[in-house]
Amino acid sequence: MTEPAITPELVRRHNLTPEEHEKARRVLGRELRYTELGIFSVMWSEHCSYKNSRSLLKMLPTGSPKILVGAGEENAGIIDIGDGLAIAFKIESHNHPSAVEPFQGAATGVGGIIRDIITMGARPICSLNSLRFGPITDEATGIAGISPFSLPETEGEERNPSCLIPQSGTLKPQSFINSRRLFRDVVAGIAHYGNCFGIPNVAGEVQFDKSYEGNPLVNVLCLGVLRHEQIAHGLASGIGNPVFYVGPATGRDGLAGAAFASQDLTEESAAHQRGAVQVGDPFMEKLLCEACLELLATGAVAGIQDMGAAGLTCATCETAARAETGIEIELAKVPQREPDMSAYEIMLSESQERMLLIVKRGREDEVKRIFEKWDLPWAEIGRVTDTGRMVVRNRGEVVADIPAKKLADESPVYEREAREPAWLKTTRAFTLAGIKDTQDPASALKSLLSWPAIASKNWVYRQYDYMVRNGTVVCPGSDAAVLRIKDDSLPSVSAAADAQPATRKKLEKFIALTVDGNSTYVCLDPYEGGKIVVAEAARNLACAGARPLGTTDNLNFGNPHNPEIFWQLRESVRGMAEACRVLNAPVTGGNVSLYNQSPNGPIDPTPTVAMVGLIDQAAHITTQWFKDEGDVIILLGKAIAPNDPLQGLGGSAYLRRIHSLKTGTPPRCDLEKEAELHLALRALIYSGVVKSAHDCSEGGLAVALAECCISQQTARNTPRLIGAQVDLAGVVLPLSEGSPALRLDGLLFGETQGRILISSAAADAVKVISRAKILDVSATQIGIVGGDSLEIKSAGSGLSCSLVELHDLWWNSIARVMN
Amino acid sequence: MNFAVLQFPGSNCDQDVVHVLRNVLGRSARLVWHKDSSLGGADAVVIPGGFSYGDYLRTGAIARFSAVMGAVQTFASHGGLVLGICNGFQILCEAGLLPGTLIRNRSIQFRCENVFLKAVTADSPFVNRIPSEKLVRLPIAHNEGCYFTDEKTLANLKAKKQILLRYVDAAGEATEAANPNGSLENIAGVCNEMRNVAGLMPHPERASELLLGGVDGRLVFESMIHALQTKQAASVSQVTN
Repeated sequence: MTEPAITPELVRRHNLTPEEHEKARRVLGRELRYTELGIFSVMWSEHCSYKNSRSLLKMLPTGSPKILVGAGEENAGIIDIGDGLAIAFKIESHNHPSAVEPFQGAATGVGGIIRDIITMGARPICSLNSLRFGPITDEATGIAGISPFSLPETEGEERNPSCLIPQSGTLKPQSFINSRRLFRDVVAGIAHYGNCFGIPNVAGEVQFDKSYEGNPLVNVLCLGVLRHEQIAHGLASGIGNPVFYVGPATGRDGLAGAAFASQDLTEESAAHQRGAVQVGDPFMEKLLCEACLELLATGAVAGIQDMGAAGLTCATCETAARAETGIEIELAKVPQREPDMSAYEIMLSESQERMLLIVKRGREDEVKRIFEKWDLPWAEIGRVTDTGRMVVRNRGEVVADIPAKKLADESPVYEREAREPAWLKTTRAFTLAGIKDTQDPASALKSLLSWPAIASKNWVYRQYDYMVRNGTVVCPGSDAAVLRIKDDSLPSVSAAADAQPATRKKLEKFIALTVDGNSTYVCLDPYEGGKIVVAEAARNLACAGARPLGTTDNLNFGNPHNPEIFWQLRESVRGMAEACRVLNAPVTGGNVSLYNQSPNGPIDPTPTVAMVGLIDQAAHITTQWFKDEGDVIILLGKAIAPNDPLQGLGGSAYLRRIHSLKTGTPPRCDLEKEAELHLALRALIYSGVVKSAHDCSEGGLAVALAECCISQQTARNTPRLIGAQVDLAGVVLPLSEGSPALRLDGLLFGETQGRILISSAAADAVKVISRAKILDVSATQIGIVGGDSLEIKSAGSGLSCSLVELHDLWWNSIARVMN
Repeated sequence: MNFAVLQFPGSNCDQDVVHVLRNVLGRSARLVWHKDSSLGGADAVVIPGGFSYGDYLRTGAIARFSAVMGAVQTFASHGGLVLGICNGFQILCEAGLLPGTLIRNRSIQFRCENVFLKAVTADSPFVNRIPSEKLVRLPIAHNEGCYFTDEKTLANLKAKKQILLRYVDAAGEATEAANPNGSLENIAGVCNEMRNVAGLMPHPERASELLLGGVDGRLVFESMIHALQTKQAASVSQVTN
């Protein structure tokens, strides 16, 4: 077979710059072969090398005595949770494939991250996801108090950022039909893969915004559990050890997906790259998981790595680079689905559910026995060498011979130009002067609760099996999911031990998980927004009774060659880093997804943050809904931040939904105060006086109160509704002199940070308030639980809503749109 | 008392059933691999949920041909207790051990949620501990849970009291709104004519611990334990007589 000559055009089509090509030639000391060009192109793509973001990622705090495997060392980070146990977790994106083929794109996103966790030696026990789509409804159904506020166009902009596009009246029906299709198929794909594999999908978030139209985001997290001594490594160690391939045959699907993920999404690229989307088989993944865990228990495995992005290429060169060895493989031995596949295709294929195993010499038979037990295809394809080189042969002929470490670790690193976007001047100048205060807060509350961004996501999570494995203690629908870790959550020690009933002390541990990412705040103020994304995740964990262990982040941004986008990336990472430090939630790994832009422009900057926390005892597990009539409702934190002229409404859901405005300066996040608040809440929970805790976020105090009343679900069509009588008349605005008076919309719907609603037995109220004050946290009794309506009084005004109506709007709005 | 819990490639509720039988109910439970042709002296068999063989072709269609299902056929024909949960129910229908079939949910979506149920009869080794008036709350999690059969079989099922559980609403009524998957007459579980083989779409093993929000699922396993104890007591008294 003659291979194409290496021309500048061919190099360009591989997304390598002439400088990168030159660097690759210097690494080899000669011109590249065709297969080598393919290898360099995927390994030096953003997806695999983080070449545009690596300098920024260094800002994130990654150290803690509890971290057993840190960020970037292996396929996922690992944290000690005590008693010899540990958790492995990571979030990863599958945005581009999901835009092109939403069902398979999302499904294989789940598959890929599950394999990353298995390769660490852990048993996957749950998954989460964070999704973004274009609007699925006509946003103009909000009850605008004024006509949409139009902002002046800024000159010299390549594209209008989404916040300058009026949020209403600009959507063609076709666009939300397409967004609904993407939403429906992505959710179905995630459900298909996770349900069949048997992993509970326990939490997540979904947001809708015009900037994601045509460029949806699909970020998936997987978490696994293992004993310290079970940690596996992606190492090609032990010179002479055989290299095994296990899993289905390699096909032409998913060719060069990593490179595809690292370029702008256009009509042309989407059509051209449809073949880059892989097809997932969750059943095969389940077999692969059980077989690998059984195999790891034998001690016959020296190293393990999945073939995910960049397939066989990445698995071979990374394992050799980490172990500082070399690796040699013969492609003719690789199981192939189609005849006449070229070396290039085999090396770059991203066929799913495949693993690379480095087996201890002499123990091959144990490996073969286990693969045969699980009916998995396997092949011995090569061996570990001491040359430091990755040598690939095809029927004896060398098709690639590259120094593994230089390929894996010495990709180009770029410090891109950063520039603050000029349009931020406009959004920062926004005031409430032209916005009339709400005259009908009840309608505004209903409108917010029925808005897909705030409405219950049960249409989504009822399609996921969130209970399989008997570990889900708090199901989707509260601030954070809570999982129980028990004996069978762990990978087996040996098959013999599994057959015997456990004689040891019964194992029971609890972890809480959440994923958050308010991209509107990040768009309007990347630094402050970055802080808030992390603070909200930590606050959600605190509400469940957990203290943070670690964080994994997914940075979804536009094209980093645009200085304004690079500035957004840099500033938001800076904010996140500071928040992770103050809130003691180090980053253990994550993913960067750049080039998220469609022909309409870039997405809003969207860092999503997943945080995992530990809960010491079952008694500390706390949920968001009110429990009993007569309990008192207490607000922890100040109702309105001092010195915020927008009274918490900048970038708020209220402005977006009711006034069709995405603008203003988002609320400030005082991290020290935030840390004190979480600490105080946990202290109160530990002392047994907190019956419910719910974070105030999108939609402010009124939406949070409504959710406390309506979010408990007993069974199908059977919510448990419990009312509340709230009086906010005592809230005074601690604003500086000359500031405008307290506004009702700010009080009810402002998104001032650092606020948590709790409820306690009436007899404990005084205790709660005085303890909170000792801990330097403001605590105000604002109401009583009870009745069949939500009543909120404030000076001279208020609202009263029937719970049945609020529940219907909140619970059924997405289903009504989608069915 | 020994429970055998079958393990097919793609089973994913196998460990959950073993956990409840062993750690919650204190019984002996053992996983039996699909390639085994012996049940190893089990007193009862549970076929757990999951996606056996990936559920390619049709749910349960491939699993019925496995070696272990041959042993289950023999075990059942001798009166042994066999409970199929979710995918286990689908397999038992495919294997002809239970009447009817389970087709795609009418919503065309996977559905995971708690549902209310009522026992239709107490004359069964699987629901004898469920009082007739009790509103039972169990989770469902399936894509193909719509129970379907022809009119003649349905009439037969009713005549012989083979319907075990029905989906009901909070008021205990078998309404259309209470039906999560479109099953005929809200059927959630049935048994065979001999009454020793049963299939349920809801997952009792997921509702056997207070920590997970409910313990109604224990009633199903406790019914089986009660039936086995009664049987053992009867055979002991037969021997003594």
